[in-house]
Amino acid sequence: MTLRLAGGIDVGSCTTKSVIVDDGGNILGSHVLYSGTDFEGASDIAWRETLSLAGVSSTDSICVFSTGYGRNSVSFATNSLTEISCHARGCLHYFSGPMTIVDIGGQDNKIIKLDQKGLRVSFKMNRKCAAGTGAFLEEMALRLRLPLEKLNDLAKQADGEVTLGSYCTVFSGTEVLEKIKSGAALDHIVRGLFHSVVKRILEMDTFTDTVVMTGGVIEHNPFLIDLLKTHIQNDIVTPPHPQIMGALGAALYALQEAPHNMD
Amino acid sequence: MSDRQKQLRKPIAATSQMKKLMAAHFLEIDEAKKTGKQKVAWCTSVGPAELLHSMGFLVYYPENHGALLGATRMATDVIPLANAVGYSPDICSYLTADVGAYLKGVTPLTKAYGIQNIPRADILVYNTNQCRDVQDWFSFYAREWDVPIVGIHTHRSIREVQDFNIADLVSQMKSMIPTLEQVSGNRFDIDRLRDVVDLSLQCTKLWRRVLECGATKPAPLTFFDATIHMAPAVILRGKPEAIEYYKLLIAELEDRIKMKEGAVPGERHRLYWDGMPVWGKLRELSDQFYQLRTNVVASTYCNSWIFDAFDPKDPFESMARAYTELFNVRDESFKEWYMDNWIENFSIDGVIFHDAKTCPNNSNNRYSMPQRMAKRLGLPTLVIHGDLNDLRCYSEEQTRTNIEAFVEQLDQKTG
Repeated sequence: MTLRLAGGIDVGSCTTKSVIVDDGGNILGSHVLYSGTDFEGASDIAWRETLSLAGVSSTDSICVFSTGYGRNSVSFATNSLTEISCHARGCLHYFSGPMTIVDIGGQDNKIIKLDQKGLRVSFKMNRKCAAGTGAFLEEMALRLRLPLEKLNDLAKQADGEVTLGSYCTVFSGTEVLEKIKSGAALDHIVRGLFHSVVKRILEMDTFTDTVVMTGGVIEHNPFLIDLLKTHIQNDIVTPPHPQIMGALGAALYALQEAPHNMD
Repeated sequence: MSDRQKQLRKPIAATSQMKKLMAAHFLEIDEAKKTGKQKVAWCTSVGPAELLHSMGFLVYYPENHGALLGATRMATDVIPLANAVGYSPDICSYLTADVGAYLKGVTPLTKAYGIQNIPRADILVYNTNQCRDVQDWFSFYAREWDVPIVGIHTHRSIREVQDFNIADLVSQMKSMIPTLEQVSGNRFDIDRLRDVVDLSLQCTKLWRRVLECGATKPAPLTFFDATIHMAPAVILRGKPEAIEYYKLLIAELEDRIKMKEGAVPGERHRLYWDGMPVWGKLRELSDQFYQLRTNVVASTYCNSWIFDAFDPKDPFESMARAYTELFNVRDESFKEWYMDNWIENFSIDGVIFHDAKTCPNNSNNRYSMPQRMAKRLGLPTLVIHGDLNDLRCYSEEQTRTNIEAFVEQLDQKTG
């Protein structure tokens, strides 16, 4: 008997994530790559890599759903849903409601509230500005001439931090330059930047019940969770791979629609 | 939207008549400016238009011009010109679009009706019931053209309209009369005012009936239709042609109701829109809701031209009451009561609040109303961030995703 499989592709503004699951919702393979400017090409590559990792050769009977900013660019997807629905579905695979999901993405942040039954109560996306998102940290890393992957360790090791007051990424950049001029330590500045991300999240909504943190920024900068813990009393949890929750959710929705294999 | 869906979409036939009325209105004003045979008063959208008509003015509404600049997507190109001379990007983008267009010497009236310039005002008459910006807007032109400006200063954020509010506003209106007589060259005539108020009353009753058609399931019109078909209620109130137009439109909508013809075929969800339209994105938003089989069936904005209080027996008092009972003028508790009623009567499944960057007076999400409403009515609410005219404040993709996600949430609720 052949296993029933389903796939999910989350084409984000920054990275494209792909997941394949089996009948039981177990992840057989996943892949993440930069989206670049060719969303269709990125989704093709991500999907091929995922199939290869999962050891799946035939794609004939695999139902694939897409999500994310570029969800309509995935030519082989049979359906698409927003990242709001898919992140929620992905988180429900690991945790039960009620919960507040905090997703920190490349260019937008999301707060999604689910009730006891896992049904959505409300959601919010950040406003037009990308303050507090991955784009903010990328911009700041560039200004500080730091590789992105070093940020988490620097923030974690810091024994103090600078205070950055602005909403605006550009103005924050100016503030950072002022801090450098006045001799602030690099790790203190990075920790200040992390705190700025947390402040942007805190002002988006209230936090009720368990907080589930997802997104690429959390996957690569888990110290943000420690910082958020200093502000709220709620339990904070993360799924095993926070970055692929949207793709996983899309795959789980696809699984619901995937035809049952009769052989 | 696919070509097939576009073909399926049934346009409102009365639209062609409305276009003729609009053309006639603007051409009449243009002609009057060329010949000088009649004076032109500029009036804010809920200003004392009845008084102006009664004194023989042709009435021009710059807010309508602002909306035309938005709908034709000229606004975002001309707003920076107003910004450059000191009108902030954070103030009313009707104002900045209109002033910017004036500074550039362009108007959407040229393409639509062959009219080269907006009509120079002989007098500017405002009412601050909408916001303070209208006074500053009109003051620009008063300085520019050295023409008289008069205005009504409405009491704001009020719960109930009190007798002292009315007495004050009546007194303010009456104090305008000498200036209006001087500019128009006509004597004020109370009977003429009664006639105009009566025409406005008939118009507003019919406009209410148009909007109430949206309570039917499926609704025969959408919010986006209503933003277009409200034009006669806005710029022709007090004139008989507006009344005739709404009789025509109502007959068509009632036919649709009889035939159970929804404006959105297969209507699944019914939404309420609070706040201003995004004029430059009406088509895109309308198409998106159509594809999602979701109809925006009611709105605060289109209701703003329902003036139940008009009464020819007491023209001044009833005008004051009509202009002040406006949603925009009232406090949060009234606004909530008002919206709750429409939400119930129109079987609303969810509410969208448009937070218009440059219109704080008509962005009702800013004092936690959506959160209170969600709790009180158990109704999903969504805030979208944009603007009435300035598309620099609008993110197309983020808005699309928010709306799509909201409809997914409603789908989840209905199973």
